[in-house]
Amino acid sequence: MKRTWLQAIPFALQLVFAACLTIVVFLIAITFGAAETTLSDVYHALFTSVSNEKITMLEEIRIPRAVAAMLVGAALAIAGAIMQGTTKNPLADPGLLGLSAGANLALAISIVLLPSISTFTTVWVCFIGAGISVLLVIGIGSAKRGGFSPLRIVLAGAAITAFLSAITEGIGLHFQITKRVSMWTSGGLIGTTWSQISMITPFIMVGIIVALFYSRSLTLLSLDEEAATGLGQNVTKVKIILFTVVVILAGSSVALVGNMAFIGLMIPHIVRAVVGNDYRYVLPMSIFIGSTFMVLADLLGRIVTAPYETPAAAIVAIMGLPFFLLIVRKGGRKF
Amino acid sequence: MLLARQKRKQRLTMLVLAILLIVTFIVGIGTGSSALGFARLFPTLLGDGSFKESFTLFEVRLPRIIVTLLAGMALALSGSILQSVTRNDLADPGIIGIHSGAGIGVALFYLYVPAQLLSLTFLLPLAAFGGAVITAIIIYIFSYERGVGLQPIRLVLIGVGFSMALSGIMIFIFSAVDPFKVEFITKWMSGNIWGADWPYIWALLPWLLILIPFTLYKSNRLNILTMSEPTAIGLGISLNRERITLMLTAVALAASAVSVAGSVAFIGLMAPHIAKAIVGPRHQLFMPVSLLLGGLLLVIADLLSRLLFQPTSLPAGIMVALIGAPYFVYLLMKKI
Repeated sequence: MKRTWLQAIPFALQLVFAACLTIVVFLIAITFGAAETTLSDVYHALFTSVSNEKITMLEEIRIPRAVAAMLVGAALAIAGAIMQGTTKNPLADPGLLGLSAGANLALAISIVLLPSISTFTTVWVCFIGAGISVLLVIGIGSAKRGGFSPLRIVLAGAAITAFLSAITEGIGLHFQITKRVSMWTSGGLIGTTWSQISMITPFIMVGIIVALFYSRSLTLLSLDEEAATGLGQNVTKVKIILFTVVVILAGSSVALVGNMAFIGLMIPHIVRAVVGNDYRYVLPMSIFIGSTFMVLADLLGRIVTAPYETPAAAIVAIMGLPFFLLIVRKGGRKF
Repeated sequence: MLLARQKRKQRLTMLVLAILLIVTFIVGIGTGSSALGFARLFPTLLGDGSFKESFTLFEVRLPRIIVTLLAGMALALSGSILQSVTRNDLADPGIIGIHSGAGIGVALFYLYVPAQLLSLTFLLPLAAFGGAVITAIIIYIFSYERGVGLQPIRLVLIGVGFSMALSGIMIFIFSAVDPFKVEFITKWMSGNIWGADWPYIWALLPWLLILIPFTLYKSNRLNILTMSEPTAIGLGISLNRERITLMLTAVALAASAVSVAGSVAFIGLMAPHIAKAIVGPRHQLFMPVSLLLGGLLLVIADLLSRLLFQPTSLPAGIMVALIGAPYFVYLLMKKI
């Protein structure tokens, strides 16, 4: 494997740089917006207990939103990296593979059955939905000998997405809850509150920590399963744990912001170009790059069509396409 | 010998399908939420009904069922062409992103072109066609590799990616406009047969009247295109020119259907497959069957969604997806 000049930089330095980048982008994102705020307002909101109207606005609207964007970006990036590693499929992405559609469906059903559902229950419901759709897609993708082919798994994902979202739409229209469902699914980061964040953060944190803990096993899996077995890995156990992590991360992202395709696809590819193929480096880096990217996408969504807002999902989908095309064209050979 | 037998089988299938279609048609115009039962159907049809009855029949039910039928036919034919040209069993205008392209065309047209209602009706298929053609060209370019030719599998993958990105663009377009218009387009995107009125039928019909005979005329070319590329070239086919004309035809068919019937996926996938399973892969034989099947499937889906979910009535596209997606998965497991 040829090392590019980017990969020649020591990993610690890269990580510090990425962390700085995240902080800078975070500050930019909370400084800019419809209401005029200055850096000193941001400073007061973050570090002091001084308060005025603008500072309260920052504390209650912009900062939770940016924090949510960071969480979701990190969660989806990690989920994407794990999926790409375990399925050895450069095109794996929680959104493309129907996880979000499953979580949406579960959400719609739960709104019908339990109208006064709390955020906490919603998270669990989303997990169940995401879990079921992962089982479906992986099941279809690996039903035939030869296992996961990138093509089969993406197409199975597309079909499952179509199927599950048809049911979701049907339920939405029939019970006239389309608006409530779509507030979740396409509302994105608009109106994220601290209570939602505090509900979901533990899940995402646990998911990320478990993922980091298993990053060495993930590297082995991504290379060769037989070699991994030979080196003393319990492949099945590791796979089950990693998929559970994916379900938790993707499910909690959907619970927080709704559908978000392509981000789990893009970030690991960008990261690999910088740190190489070892998941011990890929996963930590994905956290920073994923959250930076998501905060940027949300910022763009707020700026480009002001005074209206474009959901970050739309921005991500548009930016993700070139990546997708590039990866498809390369046929995943460099993976 | 074999051909004669297949031809007989095809005639029989066509006959059965035609009968089924007529039955569904009658059931379709005889049922609905307003009071016009089967008993009053024929008198009303012959001009002997009350004002309310003939209004229900001629202005509500009949146009809807005709639009549905025509759209289903167009989608089925479009799928048949795409599957043969790309030599890919999973090609469907909806799955490979052509519907989304047409959707963008319609959305932009609907939002930014101030026009009177009538001119709007006739221009709508054109707007859809514009969006769809641009999408199709981009997808084609990306799935073409110099020296290797068209990559059928890559085409589908790229199409899936495009339809995701285009729905992103759609949200992007929406986010800056009036919520009322957005609701219309969202419904449209989930395959609501909304253009159930005579002007829409007149807007759709010319496309079909030209494109269906043209496609059937091209049957032999399509037969050759499904073989390997060297064979097709050896048989004297100008590969790229034929492909591009036929792809354009498929795109035009899909776009015109989508512009009035909304984004209905999977009809273009299912109809040709079922037809091929019954009468074999010769285009002369299976395309007419696929045409009738497509119309029948969509009419039944629309009817079911009206009957099962009264009084709300779901968009027919949802119904089709519920049947079509499992079918797609089945094909996926079997063929690739």
